[in-house]
Formats: sequence, structure tokens, C-alpha cells
Amino acid sequence: MSRFTFGGDEHIFVEVDEAMSLEAFFTSLSMTNALRAARIDGVTEICPANASFQIKFDPDIIHPDALMDRLRLLEAEAERAEAKLDTRIIEVPVFYRDPWTHETLMRFRERHQDPDGTDLEFAARINGYETVDTFIAAHSESPWFVSMVGFVSGLPFLYQMVDRSRQIQVPKYLRPRTDTPKQTVGYGGSFSCIYSVRGAGGYQMFGITPMTIYDPRQIVPYLRDFVVFFRPGDIVKWCPIEREQYDQMIGDVQAGRFEPRVRDVVFSLDDFNSDPDGTNAKLMEALNAD
Amino acid sequence: MPIKVVTAGIMTTIQDLGRPGYYHLGIPMGGAMDRLALRAANLLVGNDEGAAGLEAVFVGPELEFTEDSVVAVCGAELPPRIDGEEQPTWTALDVREGQVLSFGFLRFGARAYIAISGGINTPPALGSRSTYPIGSLGGVDGRAVRPDDILPLGQASGGAKPGTSVPVALRRLPGSDAELRVLPGLYWHRITEDSQNRFFDDTWKVANEADRMGYRFRGGQQLEFVPRKQPYSAGSNPSNITDACYPYGSIQVPNGAEPIVLHRDAVSGGGYFMLGTVISADMDLIGQLQPNTSTRFVKVDMDTALAARTIRAGILDEIRQSTA
Repeated sequence: MSRFTFGGDEHIFVEVDEAMSLEAFFTSLSMTNALRAARIDGVTEICPANASFQIKFDPDIIHPDALMDRLRLLEAEAERAEAKLDTRIIEVPVFYRDPWTHETLMRFRERHQDPDGTDLEFAARINGYETVDTFIAAHSESPWFVSMVGFVSGLPFLYQMVDRSRQIQVPKYLRPRTDTPKQTVGYGGSFSCIYSVRGAGGYQMFGITPMTIYDPRQIVPYLRDFVVFFRPGDIVKWCPIEREQYDQMIGDVQAGRFEPRVRDVVFSLDDFNSDPDGTNAKLMEALNAD
Repeated sequence: MPIKVVTAGIMTTIQDLGRPGYYHLGIPMGGAMDRLALRAANLLVGNDEGAAGLEAVFVGPELEFTEDSVVAVCGAELPPRIDGEEQPTWTALDVREGQVLSFGFLRFGARAYIAISGGINTPPALGSRSTYPIGSLGGVDGRAVRPDDILPLGQASGGAKPGTSVPVALRRLPGSDAELRVLPGLYWHRITEDSQNRFFDDTWKVANEADRMGYRFRGGQQLEFVPRKQPYSAGSNPSNITDACYPYGSIQVPNGAEPIVLHRDAVSGGGYFMLGTVISADMDLIGQLQPNTSTRFVKVDMDTALAARTIRAGILDEIRQSTA
């Protein structure tokens, strides 16, 4: 059962589960989708998160208690709904061990648990991987769910689509950095992320993507419709690249030639739970078809 | 005809009533921290209430006018000067072509709202001219104003009545010992009953880390958490939760030490528990708190929050009548 609580007189906050899981994320996503479809007068913002969601409303239009009652009804509907999602899978190129995040992580070494190593070496070791290469393979070989977009401007949080026992877990920095390069691929707790803008951050830094994911000027062709690339429910596959490809892609982005590889897919939570590896393999086929 | 920025103050940004609708993607509503003050300033100069003006923090800018205009300064007691001569706040003021609007020292409050007839007409981003520097949206090229910026103005309505003032009783500001009303909720159950009581009993002080994103408070006692095994993915500190959305006005207390009230440029989510939310009627007041201001959080229920909201709406109606 979800927990419903008011955030002042303008928000309702719904905690589906205290702990993160794909089930909790799916419940949150289906409740927010149902809520959007219900078009309730006075609801102004609907924000899905990892295992919870929040809505903002105008209490001059709908009384908080009346809205709370509507939400509880929606929960029952969401529970009956099939956990299926029409979404898209996106290939995101990642230059792991890049010089820019390396320079940054060295600059903030005294804020890290392991001042003598790198973020990747630390993450590999505490997750039981013998080398950074095998760790990078583990990070990049299975797909990830975008379980939340936020913190700041279009920053996606991603949750690994593997059994919990295989999920990567890394604590955040002991003290947050005051700087993180734009488009750093980071990691904190059980979430990966892509920093959409340069700024403060506490997640471990694994690499960098050449792909623009936030463009306030809307010059990048695939962001002309909207400034933010990611949406909750997107599926991401990291694709490791080296320096040469990175430079090539940066050039393509700047020239307006870069187009991310995106394919439409249908994801079923039941199929995934009964056969995670097989379901992921099908997602990869869809991504790499044609 | 535009106005020219001669000096910019400490942090002067273009703000209107913000860009709601994108919080689910991490783009906050933004807009004036003290919305009532911006609305009042716009009404005085004959603008739509949501026209873009300037939000000046602690120190005012110097602005040179290239056409006859009407201006009004509401919110903080930051006395305007026209060609050096002090003028009243909360009042529609004539400014002639070639004159310079500057400001004296701040007397009370933190943010002054400067409305100019016609409104500032910079290009909107996602439906608003409000400056959101983190995301490079709105304002002048996504940033605060700088010396030598040229700020375009829209067409004045001609409805301004220079000399009109907002009555003193309607100028809503926090007291010098501020009170902020809070509806407990969200992760309120995570702290012990003792800590729940102490949070409201203690007197807090506004910390230096106080900006459009949020206001930090210090000086109260450390909060104690109800023991639990931390849920999967929530992080090891008892103040951590599985990353979730943050309501505007929500009060997070990292490590149980210093409460942070999120404001108009809030980060949309994160991994800290929140004990409740400042009610909508008191959000404007936060924008007028200077560092070191003594502040008490006052526990209220939903009925009180809604009644306070109605009273605030009534004040706005009276301001509309007094400036009509």
C-alpha cells in the first residue's frame, strides 16, 4: 500500500515503497500516467520519481482532501493495470576513464573514500570486480531504466535492469564536489545518472558522454522540440567508446549531425521478472535492428 | 526604448511569475521569490501582474532610462533614488528620459522588485522570462543582469498613475523575528517525538546559504531519527531516503542538523528526508529574510493553511483595488 501525505497546501506526495525496485517504479509510473489521463481540474504538475511521486495542485480549484480521495481510487486502478509500457530504448555512448572527469576527480580527491585510487577503481573493488574493464562491462552490458528526471535541468537517474544481487552499489562522495563536467556519467547508491549541466555533485564519476541531453538554446536538432531529452520510463543502453569516437561524435554534435540511436519498444514487467536476461536480449535486438 | 544597466548590484535577475509545468523534468517554476511584491509593483506601473521585472537582492542596480517611464519598487525597503533624490517604495514614480534610477542602503527585507511600465521584454524561455541560471534559461542569455546590459521594454499600457501608493497595511513583510507556518508531513515520522517538538520550539537563524534555490537555517538542536534498517537504495545516513521529489517549501534536514527550505528555484528531488512544508501563504516571506534573522517554525494544520491562503489572496485583492 502506498503512503499518501501532504506537502503543504499545494502538494500531495505518494510513497509507493521506501525501497527502490522496478515494481515500485512501475506502480509510480502507472499511477502518474493514470492521473495525467484523468485530467483532474486543479492538478498542475505530475512528477514521477523512483519509488514515489508528487503532484502539485491549486487548492483554490480542488480541496486537498477531495484530491487525496481521487488519488486513492487511482491506486486501486493502477494495481489492476497491466505493467506494460510503450517506451523507447536509447543508445548512449560513454567514454569511460576520460581525461575530463579524471582531472575533476583528482581535484576533489580529499572528499573521496579512496584518495589513492580513481572513482572507477573504487567502484570496481567494492563491487567485487577484479579489473576496471570487467566493471565497465558490467555497467554497460545490461540496459537501464530512467526512473526519474530531475534534481536539475533534465538530469536522468537510471536503475539497472538486473537482479538486485547483481546491481552495482556505490556510495556517494564523502563530501559533495563543487564541480562536475557537463555530461558526466555518474553513480550513487544504486543509481547511475548523467549530469545535464556543469555543477556541484556527489556521485562517483565513471565517464562522459558526447551526447547533449539538455539544450536551453534548442540548437541541437534532436532537442528542437524540447530542451530536455530524457523522460521517465526511457530505457538506456550504455555503449563504451574510445577517444577517437568521442572526438568524432563531439564534432558531429557541434555540426548538428549527431542523431542518437532510438527505437520504440514495449516493455512488460511480467516478462522481465520471469526472464530478465531474455527480455534484455530482446530489447538489444530491437535497438540494433536495421 | 530600452533601459541600460549601469551597475548591477549583487544579484539582480529578471523575474516574472515563473514557468510552472516542467518540474517533472527538473526545471523549477522559478519566478519572483516574493510574488505578492512583484504583482504589486506591476499593478502600480499599469502592467499585467505577471510582467517581468527585476529582483534585486540586498543591493539595488543603477538603471539609465532612455524614455519616459513609470517605475515602482516593492518588497524590501530598498529606497529608490531618481537622479540621486530619494523616493518612496511601494509607489508609482515618474522617471524621465535620461534619468538614472539607483538605490540607497537596504533598511528591511532582502529582495526588492522593480517594475517598469511596459515590463521587461527579453525573450521568454519555456513561457517565462524568469532567470534560471543553473539551466541557462530566461533572463539575459540565461543569466543575471550585468553592467552594460540593455534591457528591452514592452509597450506601456498607459494605465499607470504616478503618485499612487500601496497602503502601508497591505505591504506584507516578515517581522524582525520571523515566523513561518509549517504543515508537518512527508517524512515527519522519521524523527522522534522529542525532535518533532524541538523543531518547533527552537529559535533558528537564517544562514548565509540562502538563495533562490533554498534557505538554510541553523542554531536549533540536532534532530534524532527513529531507528530503522535503511531501505534498499536509500543510502546509509538515517536522514537519507530513496531519491524522491521535493515539494516547493519542503524542509529537508541533511544529517538532522540544518533545515533547508526549498524555494522557487528548488532542485526537484534528491535523497534527503523532509519533515514538512512551509504553507503557500508564507512562501513570499522567506524571500524577504536576511541572513541571521531569528526564525520560528509554527506548526499548523491544513485548515489553517487554507485560511492563511485566503487571507493572502484578500490582501492581493485589496492591492488591486488600491492601485486601480
